[in-house]
Amino acid sequence: MDNYAIQLKNFEGPLDLLLHLIKKNEMDVYDIPMAEITRQYLTILDAMKSLNLDMAGEFLLMAATLLHIKSKMLLPKIVEDELEEEEDDPRAELVRRLLEYQKYKEVSLTLESKPQLGRDLFARVSAEPEVLENAEAGFVSVGLFDLVEALKEVMKESSEPLVHQVDMEQLSVTDRINAILSQLQGQESIAFSDLFTGGLKRSEVIVTFLALLELVKLRMVRIMQNVRYGSIWVFPAVAIEESEELDLGDDSLGYS
Amino acid sequence: MIPLDIHELTPLVEALIFAADGPIKVERMAEALDLEQAEICAAIEALEADYEEHPRGFFMQEVSGGYQLRTRPEYADYLRKLGQSRPFKFSRPALESLSIIAYRQPVTRSEIEYLRGVDSGSVVKTLLEKRLIRILGKKDVPGKPMIYGTTKEFLELFGLSDLASLPTLREFSDLVPEEESGEFMASMPLLVEEVDEE
Repeated sequence: MDNYAIQLKNFEGPLDLLLHLIKKNEMDVYDIPMAEITRQYLTILDAMKSLNLDMAGEFLLMAATLLHIKSKMLLPKIVEDELEEEEDDPRAELVRRLLEYQKYKEVSLTLESKPQLGRDLFARVSAEPEVLENAEAGFVSVGLFDLVEALKEVMKESSEPLVHQVDMEQLSVTDRINAILSQLQGQESIAFSDLFTGGLKRSEVIVTFLALLELVKLRMVRIMQNVRYGSIWVFPAVAIEESEELDLGDDSLGYS
Repeated sequence: MIPLDIHELTPLVEALIFAADGPIKVERMAEALDLEQAEICAAIEALEADYEEHPRGFFMQEVSGGYQLRTRPEYADYLRKLGQSRPFKFSRPALESLSIIAYRQPVTRSEIEYLRGVDSGSVVKTLLEKRLIRILGKKDVPGKPMIYGTTKEFLELFGLSDLASLPTLREFSDLVPEEESGEFMASMPLLVEEVDEE
């Protein structure tokens, strides 16, 4: 059992394992002896049962595929057209997948061998702070992933103890939209985190975030990220008029 | 501004590349100096020739569409001892998934998983966190799965000037013997194929 364990650690998945078995036995990839490969595969799978169950799920799926192909090949074929025979080989898809997988496995090793920044090559690490004040130049559109990360940070801070008390709360996205707009009034920009100050509850955080997304959708604000420091800022897209009150009902936003 | 000849321009371009935060594009330097891009390119060539003739501890690498000064690979062992950065050590699943994303982008998670034959959710998450891949959008098929592509950080990490300079994807019509790995790195256009899904 021990030697199996050592051996199995090296396989990334069922395709990897199959590739290994085919190569080890010097089988012809276009004419895989299904009975033999299935037997060997299942033997290894047996040994795996004592190992990582999480992995085994995918290995089991492949075992089923192998058995399916094997049984298909046992059935008598109805040969109508000789030319189609090759196409009908039940192994065809498996072979294609194996070759395809091999392609990416190989190229990933080539990629790995390339000189990597921070491992083989080093670039100057910029020392900065003086330029900080001049940060306006370095803004890029913020990506979805960064925005979600930022929300996660805010949510972490607003975690509340679990208490079972059911209150009916009136949270309105429209109200928050107007609140954000008035916060932005006369400002060049505000920090993303400043929208969430004052110990907001989780639900309030969510409504504020939704309001922010609505504003982006309405093209009222732009959310940008500082290139260097990664902080997220909200800019008004147009100058916001003093008196402007958005005529939006929650109905029209779909949050009623 | 006073017109500069190539002997004055070359060290100036060197200064820009040195001081830049990351790889700096020719267009950006041309804009900063109010010069034609061709002049910048000439200065870059002169710099490269100079580095060739009088080797330094660094060299100029064309990466992610720009230029950056990087230490020579043969000094890697010494520089690692400085311990300024902890390099990202790739696991094989991460490397395989990253390769699949790099060559087949835009690609969905299920396409990656079909190719690898294993669940790739956590690997994709790690690659997202390391900013080597990003979400490009959603695919217009039922379920609207996310589609992924590589980032500029990916190009910077592997010293690639663009996606076309990825190592050639070898087509196999047979198996390669075990333990052999592809060695060639010629530049070739990206291989784009449709992913067959079950």
